[in-house]
Amino acid sequence: MANLISDLLGTGPVVTDGAWGTELQVRGLLSGDIPDLWNLTRPDLVGEVAHAYVEAGSRVILTNTFGANRLRLDAHGAAGQVEEINRRGVDISKSAAGNRAQVFASMGPSGKLLMSGETTVAELTTGFAEQAQALADGGADAIVIETMSDLDEAKAALAAAKATGLPVVACMVFDAGKDKDRTMMGATPEVVARELTAAGADVIGANCGVGIERYVPVCQRLRAATDRPIWIKANAGLPVMEGGRVVYRTTPEEFARHVPALWAAGASFIGGCCGTSPAFIRAVCTKLPGR
Amino acid sequence: MQDLKALYEAVLSGDAKASKELTEQALAAGVSPLALVNDYMVPAMDEVGKRFECNEYFVPELLISARAMKASLELIRPLLTASGAKPLAKVAIGTVKGDLHDIGKNLVAAMLEGGGFEVLDLGVNVAPEQFVNAVREKGATVVAMSALLTTTMPSMKSTIEALKTAGVRDKVKVIIGGAPITQKYADEIGADGYSESAPGAVTLTKKQIAA
Repeated sequence: MANLISDLLGTGPVVTDGAWGTELQVRGLLSGDIPDLWNLTRPDLVGEVAHAYVEAGSRVILTNTFGANRLRLDAHGAAGQVEEINRRGVDISKSAAGNRAQVFASMGPSGKLLMSGETTVAELTTGFAEQAQALADGGADAIVIETMSDLDEAKAALAAAKATGLPVVACMVFDAGKDKDRTMMGATPEVVARELTAAGADVIGANCGVGIERYVPVCQRLRAATDRPIWIKANAGLPVMEGGRVVYRTTPEEFARHVPALWAAGASFIGGCCGTSPAFIRAVCTKLPGR
Repeated sequence: MQDLKALYEAVLSGDAKASKELTEQALAAGVSPLALVNDYMVPAMDEVGKRFECNEYFVPELLISARAMKASLELIRPLLTASGAKPLAKVAIGTVKGDLHDIGKNLVAAMLEGGGFEVLDLGVNVAPEQFVNAVREKGATVVAMSALLTTTMPSMKSTIEALKTAGVRDKVKVIIGGAPITQKYADEIGADGYSESAPGAVTLTKKQIAA
């Protein structure tokens, strides 16, 4: 099952993709719109983003399905379209990938907190299982669980994704505490790596966060606490407002400068999260061997 | 009667059951409701905030302490109301228009409730007019806005503009927060305050209504 992962890594580090949300916004997605719905209404533009990453050198691209779980879609009256949105999302990425990239389908958090009783493990499990199955049926090569803040929710998603038989990447956000090295719920990289390994993740990682330089030590600590390959997709730093516009000050070159350190810290899959673009991926590619 | 220090400990450790029982016992023994809040529960929540700031506590600890505080407050609030005491202030809280994230907002709402405020939760994707209505029709004196997305931050500015246009800007304190928000941004759009954490929002709101 995890042959895909070892085959991919056989030739050295793998460059993944960058942000989708911000790329869709460039193409006209408005804030408040559900990006995942564009798989049905604007598949051409979603395909453009996927294609741009393949062209930039991504060997793994994700799908525009981050928020396509029942718990999130329900709030917008789109719970009935879970299957269609996810299957279309995989289709779009697969068409763009051809035989040049693998498609790792994205599953994001529910947006609800278990701890405060907004949802239950049973509800999460049902929601994630439905999404994971649709992604698998659509022909995804693997599943990526990303941007998780709560280990319990991540484990519910992981179990649901594993049930499809596909390889699963599980990653969380480390952006809390004074060193920005804990999850929102306070878990350290060591705890996260141990628990996700025990729960059967094939690849373990960190995404989003507060900038790529902060993820170098996080990567080292994940690396030391598990035998699984490590996946890192960091933000282009924290955005700032300039004259009423949102700007990510980190440039592709500045971002890529940290890539050798990430690789040395044990990252096998490297890409970007919010604020990164195909230009970032091109810059990342230049910093890794064999490219 | 037990030492009331136990009530402080119950809130601090997030033991809602103990907090509620100790409050019941104390009230039955004739302790003033206001003293329970001011001498034990609020100091406990202050300590929770301090522990959060120095990385001893994280979100789970905040939530369970706020829940313990709330369990006690549910017993105390009717008594305070009956005696004519008012809640600290009515806070209208919401995630701004275009933004659908509610975890941070819910956390701040729970902490504010635990801090003795009456909280009017307007939900997510809250339009400027809804904030204005909460001030005009529901009597909110604090408007608390949350945004997770950089793209929705400008909705904070338009809400402040809407409060001005409606002529109620000087009747309320406006506080903002969320991952991309900074003090600089708060200053730029004319918000009264900014907090980078949920416990900080409680301190900030108290300071604002005293100002």
